[in-house]
Amino acid sequence: MMGSENRGFEEAHLYASREEMESLVLDDSLTGKSYSDYRSAMSTLSETHHPLSPPIIATPTDTDPLLSPPPPPYSNVSNPNSPSNSYIEPPSYGDVNFSPLDADNGVGVNSIESPIEDLEKSMVLSRSSSSSSEYLKIMVSNPQKELGASNSIVPGGNTYFTYLITTRTNLPEFGGSEFSVRRRFKDVVTLSDRLSEAYRGFFIPPRPDKSVVESQVMQKQDFVEQRRVALEKYLQRLVAHPVIKKSDELRVFLQVQGKLPLPTTTDVASRMLDGAAKLPKQLFGDSVSAIGPQDVVQPAKGGRDLLRIFKELKQSMANDWGASKPPVEEEDKEFLEKKEKLHDLEQQLNNASQQAESLVKAQQDMGETMGELGLALIKLAKFENQEALLNTQRIRAADIKNAATAAVKASRFYRELNAQTVKHLDTLHEYLGLMLAIHTAFSDRSSALLTVQTLLSELSSLHLRGEKLEAASSKIFGGDKSRVHKIEELKETIRVTEGC
Amino acid sequence: MITPQRSSSGSSQSPRSPSSQPFLSVSVTDPAKMGNGVQAYISYKVITKTNLPEYQGPEKIVIRRYSDFVWLRDRLFEKYKGIFIPPLPEKSTVEKFRFSAEFIEMRRQALDIFVNRIASHHELQQSDELRTFLQADEQTMERARFQDTGIFKKKPADLMQIFKDVQSKVSDVVLGKEKPVEESNPEYEKLKHYIFELENHLAEAQKHAYRLVKRHRELGQSLSDFGTAVKLLGACEGNTLGKAFSELGAKSEVLSIKLQKESYHLLMNFEEPLKDYVRAVQSIKATIAERANAFRQQFELAETVKLKEIDLNKLRLTRSEKMVDAEHEYEELKEDSEEAIRRFEMIVRLMNEEIVRFQEQKTLDMGLAFHEFAKGQARLANGIADAWRSLLPKLEACSSSQH
Repeated sequence: MMGSENRGFEEAHLYASREEMESLVLDDSLTGKSYSDYRSAMSTLSETHHPLSPPIIATPTDTDPLLSPPPPPYSNVSNPNSPSNSYIEPPSYGDVNFSPLDADNGVGVNSIESPIEDLEKSMVLSRSSSSSSEYLKIMVSNPQKELGASNSIVPGGNTYFTYLITTRTNLPEFGGSEFSVRRRFKDVVTLSDRLSEAYRGFFIPPRPDKSVVESQVMQKQDFVEQRRVALEKYLQRLVAHPVIKKSDELRVFLQVQGKLPLPTTTDVASRMLDGAAKLPKQLFGDSVSAIGPQDVVQPAKGGRDLLRIFKELKQSMANDWGASKPPVEEEDKEFLEKKEKLHDLEQQLNNASQQAESLVKAQQDMGETMGELGLALIKLAKFENQEALLNTQRIRAADIKNAATAAVKASRFYRELNAQTVKHLDTLHEYLGLMLAIHTAFSDRSSALLTVQTLLSELSSLHLRGEKLEAASSKIFGGDKSRVHKIEELKETIRVTEGC
Repeated sequence: MITPQRSSSGSSQSPRSPSSQPFLSVSVTDPAKMGNGVQAYISYKVITKTNLPEYQGPEKIVIRRYSDFVWLRDRLFEKYKGIFIPPLPEKSTVEKFRFSAEFIEMRRQALDIFVNRIASHHELQQSDELRTFLQADEQTMERARFQDTGIFKKKPADLMQIFKDVQSKVSDVVLGKEKPVEESNPEYEKLKHYIFELENHLAEAQKHAYRLVKRHRELGQSLSDFGTAVKLLGACEGNTLGKAFSELGAKSEVLSIKLQKESYHLLMNFEEPLKDYVRAVQSIKATIAERANAFRQQFELAETVKLKEIDLNKLRLTRSEKMVDAEHEYEELKEDSEEAIRRFEMIVRLMNEEIVRFQEQKTLDMGLAFHEFAKGQARLANGIADAWRSLLPKLEACSSSQH
């Protein structure tokens, strides 16, 4: 069983002993509890090990469920790919190909595997994430302007900036200790999209904004610099995440020279078109009208399978309006509690962040007004001095001048104070951004749940049909060839769906 | 000499024993709201402590309202041309602001300073008007106030003067002399220019000072809200972090209070003196206008006298009956002209003295105001630094216990 879990987390190795892995409870009673339950629970746990995370969940008691004979939600790892003995060999990074299709698959597998590995690795731990034994440091520098191939619509070609991303590491997965690549922002967007597909349920740090408008408004220099800083922060946060730093996508991004070999995100229109093309085939039953297991991993919404989208939509409506409870529900009380807490936290963060903003503004105003007062007083002092007919005026002028210079100095200090304040209070904003990622994870969870529900109801209806057909065919002597064929098809479908 | 008091509601004390040295000290205190609705107003207690024989008894208390102060000022302004009459705080136009505690206190302070300045001015303190103001019972005061409003305020001689002014203006226009006659005194020109410029600079400084007061208030409010938000955030968190947050929140709230206090202090002891300075300069401008009037009068009278003289000589030559009347008129005019010259010259003399007095007083007042400004800011900055500094060890304790 898993050893005692302390707080903290050491760099996860993929070299955990096999016995640890095998000793993992593989209580594969296919109660139908989706691995998504497990994964979200895992993600909350991995979150505790995230160095930046609020330690709400850090208390040992939270991790207790994993120590004692685990209640079903946590230990069940019903895995489409792996009936009982799946964890024989964790795919090492070397095995995974970098071709787009495989990456998806491989990643799909990984995403199921790695949480478990994380779990067992988290047995051995120290709090500090930057232990001396291994590190992964990233630097973003040297923005350069480059010309892209002209798309002929925009005359003059499109120019963009690339950034030099330097990685220093002693992790063995990267075949080297220091390397650099040039990447543009679009590549970062691709990376972040692929990561959010692969690591659903995890709290993935949000990437920097695209901010189309700002890039027009700001001076090129400032904008590029701002973006460079943001990219650096983003990548550093990614590598600080214990699971994501091991991801292939990230490694590819950091290491592979030249064009980034990750599939780019396609826009909604083309997806819809693809889906529409497939739909007739699905409806008329030419292909096995069941969703393949690997596709189940992804949410229906972003995909090409329109039929699936419709099915899930129907299910969600049935859930909302139907009288019967769906077979799989959000029952995990502790999860719900944590969700409540996180919701609360988000509210407070929002509030605090707003107040922080107005505090910063008030400080800025103060500094400005102080400065203006100082200037006005300096003018007054100068005036009095110039026009002085009496000595008293000169004395007064001197007084005023002193006060004025002090005011101007104070104003400068306020400005400095504000710069510092902004820097520090910015962390609040970052956390808010993280909250967004949490929301995504939650919605991933619920869409996965929906998928499960849909599949289950489909399964039950398929079973029904199968029974009917069998009953029918048994009545008719000899059986209709087509019906038999249908039954077999149905059985195949059932099997696949059950697999999902 | 009795010195004016600033920013205290107490009366000024004479350094020597009360009976030997003549003294007159006044204080304006105890603002109280009287009446209801639209008729409501604020009344003040005016306490006079004196050993001067002209005044009744060692101490006298009367009730006065803002319009009584206005009466006093207007009377003095008319009578003592050339002297810079101390300024009054403005009438407030915004209804709801009229009875706010802050406004009432600001006004009381300004009125107190006003009366004390009059009481310590060597000429103004001897005026009947001041005596009436300080001593008369409320009915007499009210009567005096009503009497002096409107056209009935003007004495017949004044009315004649107004008529003549209009007449001369018309003749000026007819004769093509549109430009008003002015002194051609280079030093005086310089002074006028100085006064006008000074008003601009002061007004700007005062504007920023007032804004600064507001900023202090805003920052204080912001800190208070921030502190509350942080405390709530801490409530979401676990043990040590939560504690850290609540400490931070508490400190923020403490500082918010300090800021509000400083904001008030800044208002009363820096912004108000600046505003008072602005008003004083405006009062000087009024005196400048009076001087210009007086100059014009005596100049025109002099012209008229000259013309009259020419006429008279003509009549003398022709030995007409009109000569006797003309002679009378001439004599009268000459008297008036001389009177006008005397008035003008007195104004000039007084103004010269007043300028010196004004500058001296202003240097003192301003010096004090800037001193208070610096003191207040230093106190505030120290307070803020101390508060945050004291928080650091607590925060360190929290974060270390996490590790």
